[in-house]
Amino acid sequence: MHKFLIRSFVSSLVLLFTLTVAAVAKDVKAAFVYIGPTGDHGWTYQHDVGRKAVEAAGFKTTYVEGVPESADAERVLRQLANSGHDIIFTTSFGYMNPTNKVAKEFPNVKFEHATGYKREHPNVATYAARFYEGRTILGTIAGTMTKSNVIGYVASFPIPEVIRGINSFTLAAQKVNPNIKTKIVWAFTWYDPGKEAEAAKALIDQGADVIAQHTDSTAIVQMAEKAGVYAFGQASDMDKFAPKAVLTSVENNWGPYYVDRVKAVANGTWNQKDTWHGIGDGMVVISGLDSQMPSDLQAKVKKLQADLASGKVHSFTGPIYDQKGNLMVAEGKTADDGMLAGMMTYVKGVEGDIPK
Amino acid sequence: MIVDVNFVGLIIASIMASAVPLILASCGELITERSGVLNLGVEGMMIIGAISGFALMTVTGSLIIAVFGAMLAGVLISTIFAFLTQTLITNHVATGLALTIFGIGISAMIGKNFVGIPGKEFPVLFEGLKDTIPLLSPILFGHSIVFYFAFALPFITGYFLKKTKIGLIVRAVGDSPESASNQGINVRFVRYACILYGGAMCGLAGAYLSMIYTPQWIENMTGGRGWIALALVVFSTWNPIKILIGAMIFGGLTIIQFHMQAIGVRIPVQFLTALPYIVTIIVLVVISRDSRKIRLSTPSSLGKSFHKDN
Repeated sequence: MHKFLIRSFVSSLVLLFTLTVAAVAKDVKAAFVYIGPTGDHGWTYQHDVGRKAVEAAGFKTTYVEGVPESADAERVLRQLANSGHDIIFTTSFGYMNPTNKVAKEFPNVKFEHATGYKREHPNVATYAARFYEGRTILGTIAGTMTKSNVIGYVASFPIPEVIRGINSFTLAAQKVNPNIKTKIVWAFTWYDPGKEAEAAKALIDQGADVIAQHTDSTAIVQMAEKAGVYAFGQASDMDKFAPKAVLTSVENNWGPYYVDRVKAVANGTWNQKDTWHGIGDGMVVISGLDSQMPSDLQAKVKKLQADLASGKVHSFTGPIYDQKGNLMVAEGKTADDGMLAGMMTYVKGVEGDIPK
Repeated sequence: MIVDVNFVGLIIASIMASAVPLILASCGELITERSGVLNLGVEGMMIIGAISGFALMTVTGSLIIAVFGAMLAGVLISTIFAFLTQTLITNHVATGLALTIFGIGISAMIGKNFVGIPGKEFPVLFEGLKDTIPLLSPILFGHSIVFYFAFALPFITGYFLKKTKIGLIVRAVGDSPESASNQGINVRFVRYACILYGGAMCGLAGAYLSMIYTPQWIENMTGGRGWIALALVVFSTWNPIKILIGAMIFGGLTIIQFHMQAIGVRIPVQFLTALPYIVTIIVLVVISRDSRKIRLSTPSSLGKSFHKDN
């Protein structure tokens, strides 16, 4: 009798625990804060694709789009935290301070901040993707495919993320073709199709026959298609917008990470960490390679992709010099994450100055 | 850098292409304002035109339906504005701002299903003549019909306002609706017509962006061009030819600053990107500083509601 009581007590505890976990798992609600509209077909669009993956995994999600990186962000975050969300993803760099500030007020809500580095409270985690690995591949292709040896690059804003991309791209292009010149034009916008197209047109008129972009719209690849030069898709596969021009695209794939983290909240295994995933973890995806690329280049790119994934090759392997010829990374060494995260100098071979 | 004439021609052609939406929207708004109505909804009407054109093109596959549909959409949304400001006598400024917010919102809603769909190629005229004359060929040939229309529009608008009877009526209504009304002119009808015409031109400007200039739909793709168009109308002192000049300077500096960056001119990039705004305003202010002419061309009752019954 005694034993029976204990046994039933334990088993009911287990049952209760399972039920609670199940109930929690069902009730986890995730919220996403977006800088742009989900219809940008770029940065925010890809985050929303990730959110839909979370929905598909059986969780409830909400999102707020077009949230300015100001006091508005704090207000939106507070409202989301107050309305029963268990985990909130803030998907732009400028949400860094608001995220940490609101996280302090809601210790039971988990906060995940994209592309930032501040984790001031135990309930704040950060995550980002190693897009520069994708740009190493684009640089390799651009350096091989160019005939004019002039490569155009439409950049958005002078922040480490963009500088890192330019450097990674140029280093890879120089490696296969030491004669190339990378011409950079700053559009000072993340997406404005008209402006982006004009920037691309200026580069093409000045002899660039491959155009890379670090802005979000498809206007640049369309302009490249019209002008008969090559280009690369940004954030999503842009091949259908410019089938002849687009050689490949670098896709942002947030879904698996989002599902993982929301599940972790459900299981109670969520922990604070800094995630920086690349090609190896599938956060950065290289779209199909265009058949216009010679087969030896395709093979080379596939191998490079595998080597970047396995860590055998690093995008920033020394010796790397800056524009003035100072050594940045010594021979045989690779740049550490700290250096990458704060990269605000051009490597040798990039023309012009970084706007201040 | 080697300056060859064809390169210059290419640059001028891209400047003109970027000026098209500004010219269309400004000339439309010019007529609206000349009738005494201030419609700040240009951006909203443009974005409605952009999504309507793109959506109709995708659904029907017909470019003609899409272009006229975009203009019709501009007309429809400006009808709301006309009804509110002319029939219900609401405040022009507030209603216009609301129209812009409404337009951006509803275009995003309709546009949800059209994100990520590539546009169709829009036919261009005289492409065969593209390599015949150095410098001039890229400027004159190989553009869409909307392009040619846009560059004819300022002259048509100027002629219409100065030389035709209807143009005179529009100006009369804008300067003194009371006098015009006493002359037997139906002020409300004229203003309705001018608002709807402005809507059609803004719709066309939006369609040019989403169907010809950058054939795709993304939210907010007008990127503030409606506000530039509004500013052009005011700074040109309601003169369509000066609108043309202003639009060319604005488009030109946007493109030339990209070229300067690509060449590697050592001027701070932030300054270069601000240049189009600053220079356009300065130039327009300088060429329109004759105060007598400003007084003559400014619609005296701009933005004021007209109650016939009072």
